[in-house]
Amino acid sequence: MIEVVPSEGGVVPAAVEVGLVVNGEARRLVVEPRVTLLDALRERLGLTGAKKGCDHGECGACTVLVDDRRIYSCTTLAVMQEGRRVTTVEGLGTPESPHPVQAAFVEHDGMQCGMCTPGQVVSAVALIAEGHAGSEDEIREWMSGNLCRCAAYPGIVAAVRAAAGGAS
Amino acid sequence: MTSVGTPVPRVDGLLKATGTARYTADIPFEDLTHAVLLQATIARGRIASIDASAAEAAPGVLLVLTHLNAPRLPRMRAFAKGGSAQQTVPALQDDRVRFAGETVAFVVAESQEQARYAAMLISVEYDEEPPAVGLHGDAYPPAKVNGQPPDYRRGDAERALADAAVTVERTYRTPVHHHNPIEPPVTIASWDDDGGLTVHEAAQGGVHMMRLGFAEALGIPRRKAGSIRVVSKFLGGGFGGKGFMWPRNILPAVAARLLGRPVKLELTRAQMYTSGGYRSETVQRLRLGADRDGRLGSIVHESTSTGSDMGEFPEPCAQITQMLYACPNVTGTHRLVRQNVGVPTFTRAPGEGPGSFALESALDELAGELSLDPLELRLRNYAETDPEHDRPWSSKGLRECYSEGAERFGWSARNPEPGSMRDGRWLVGYGMATAAYSSHTWPTFARVRIRADGTAVVRCATTDIGTGTYTVMAQVAADALGVRPGDVTFEAGDTRYPFAFPPVSSSGARSIGPAVRAAALAVRTRVARLAVKDRESPLFGADAATVRAIGGGRLARADDPERYDTFVDVLERAGLGHVEERKGYGVMPFLHSTASGIAPWPVGPLLRVATRPFAGRYSTYDFGAQFVEVRVDPDLGVVRVSRVVGVYDIGRVLNPRTARNQAVGGITWGIGMALMERTTTHPRLGKYTSPNLSGYLLPTNADVPDIDVHFLDRPDPLVNPLGVKGVGELPVVGVAAAIANAVHHATGKRVRSLPIGPAELLG
Repeated sequence: MIEVVPSEGGVVPAAVEVGLVVNGEARRLVVEPRVTLLDALRERLGLTGAKKGCDHGECGACTVLVDDRRIYSCTTLAVMQEGRRVTTVEGLGTPESPHPVQAAFVEHDGMQCGMCTPGQVVSAVALIAEGHAGSEDEIREWMSGNLCRCAAYPGIVAAVRAAAGGAS
Repeated sequence: MTSVGTPVPRVDGLLKATGTARYTADIPFEDLTHAVLLQATIARGRIASIDASAAEAAPGVLLVLTHLNAPRLPRMRAFAKGGSAQQTVPALQDDRVRFAGETVAFVVAESQEQARYAAMLISVEYDEEPPAVGLHGDAYPPAKVNGQPPDYRRGDAERALADAAVTVERTYRTPVHHHNPIEPPVTIASWDDDGGLTVHEAAQGGVHMMRLGFAEALGIPRRKAGSIRVVSKFLGGGFGGKGFMWPRNILPAVAARLLGRPVKLELTRAQMYTSGGYRSETVQRLRLGADRDGRLGSIVHESTSTGSDMGEFPEPCAQITQMLYACPNVTGTHRLVRQNVGVPTFTRAPGEGPGSFALESALDELAGELSLDPLELRLRNYAETDPEHDRPWSSKGLRECYSEGAERFGWSARNPEPGSMRDGRWLVGYGMATAAYSSHTWPTFARVRIRADGTAVVRCATTDIGTGTYTVMAQVAADALGVRPGDVTFEAGDTRYPFAFPPVSSSGARSIGPAVRAAALAVRTRVARLAVKDRESPLFGADAATVRAIGGGRLARADDPERYDTFVDVLERAGLGHVEERKGYGVMPFLHSTASGIAPWPVGPLLRVATRPFAGRYSTYDFGAQFVEVRVDPDLGVVRVSRVVGVYDIGRVLNPRTARNQAVGGITWGIGMALMERTTTHPRLGKYTSPNLSGYLLPTNADVPDIDVHFLDRPDPLVNPLGVKGVGELPVVGVAAAIANAVHHATGKRVRSLPIGPAELLG
């Protein structure tokens, strides 16, 4: 249920209350309907792991899982995800207790500047679950929604392959 | 027991992989306000009227700056003249529009959505004038090209060309390139009650250089520049696009001073195309003259790139031609054509990147004329000494790069006939090119502190732009101190730390490394001096200068390694919480006298001391050989790079894991340059038509094939005590030419204008 809150001044549309399950935790927040899921996560919930690279669904740095499916969080509004389960990179693991994919990215140096890395990691976790990590070519294809300008791609492929092998 | 040379994993790897690393945009701020830029929609003319009243009345809006109400800002000193700016003209100072994308308003609101919406309410009317677009107008010589004159001559290239048995005369073109780091530039400026300014900045521009830029822009006297703090801990990619001061860096500080609140400006992807420079398009005319054996008698390389009313940065394309081959007669010239666009700037492998495309393509064409193997042609013109400066190289393993690369690639299997090799329906082509890059040593200081628990912290105001500086410098310090790399923390990206030049021109390892090493050795010696004077120490009475580090934080007598002391014990007995030393490297003598860590103004002299003819006795370059296999679909004209072998002489390799990653990245930049990357400009309106990541194509994971990177890993005996040269840009150089050469080999079609695509191959 979305509760509509009257706006001030009439220029900006009403703020709305949104309920999300973020990294396993039920969160409620009041946002303007024009706020993207990415901005809601970063600016309202303090989850800055997902990055804003292009804000246009082109680079993949903002990739999160919604109900276990990877999406670009910059191209969906927070209000559109009412009631859904959102998993960000923070929900996968921590430096003290990393997810196997996160550990594999370090082991295989699948990063340089690290700006795209959270999106790559989230994408990789989903890709393995999707069963798209069968070969290097398959990984390359299914990881191509996440740009890496430093081009640490071979390391990313190696990391995904290692993590997928370990999981099966 | 050395750490340098071993593949230590990235120390910040888990922070990055878990989303814990805080980039500039991620830093939480109390009372933060959000800014957006409104940019000019015409390329040339005047603002006839600008009405911001609706924006000012919109909810949440705190401030709207236009040229009508913005504080007066000075023209900035150009980087080439010792300053910090490429665009010297400040924003919002008059009604003139000089390029599409110039800032015409700066809006600050409580939230970014409010600011963005308010910017849309600003109504601007322009008096348009026809802009100058493209490299068609009158060419003029720039004042300087990388600190050197625009024209270079040795011998008489024109006469030698007329006398040559074989000549090749071709024109090559490269388009506008944008850096496109994944992280958009971000600035957060906040003033404290005492008038101090703190700027969190996604800064490749070097925090100290930016501090001086902020002081200049904001009218803060140089002696008070210490009241400005610039912080940049994690940088989401730079590639030249976050170097220097641009108007976008300055405006948040201006607004924050007016509002008394912190102001954050995060550029949109589209705004990145007009707010931080780009690589100019180039037109390069190459003329080669050779004898029948392929010995070069003459090269003329004439390069034209974009000039601007806002500042000047000629793409230094011809400079690689001046040094790469043993040729007695060489002319290199650089010219500019003024356009209504922003100022170009350094982009990864500036000069050598597009310059090598022209030179190494032309050599391939010459090899074709001579029916000579392209690799053999290069070997016949191998420069045993630097022909430009007529002096020896500090090191040059290029011959080994060629032979090792050819062997790993299987170059001998190449059938010289174009179009002769196939794999099923795919046409297969082999191509190669030489790589060289003039990486630099910049003045750098580092401070190393040994703490009571035996661990160490190293501080230096550089920025880790993703190259692995945090990791590699911990390794360098660990070896010099005789501890494990895990016992060393490298801290960077803060003007509170000792001065470092911006991490540009592949300078990081070779500038920071020796400074860190010197400071670590100095502090180790200081501990040794404490020990030899301490009656309770096993080192008592020894000569401190001969005390050796034997690992594990232990210092031993040179004559008896069984008698040793430890950092922990020496400090404890001396009652010291820590000891530290600060050292500089690549530094002009007068710099030693500035203990504040603030570089003396101007930066210009630093540039001159650090340019490539180091010490005046040797020339130092990074060298390499690129070998590429492509597959071309004969019906669709699709080009796929299927294999790359790169062999590089970068001196000593400090960390093969991070170095390899950079080399792969550089090669991939070359693939993008060859096959994908191009910013298109509307020929009449002078506006970019693809300021995004779907019109401007970057290589994706699926575009990158098997890449075999090999380093000779031979320390350069002269360049610095670590023997390390540079790796960041070299692997870009020559890749585009090697791909173009391979495409020619596959198809018989020579493409002289980048990027290469179906239109070029099927047309």
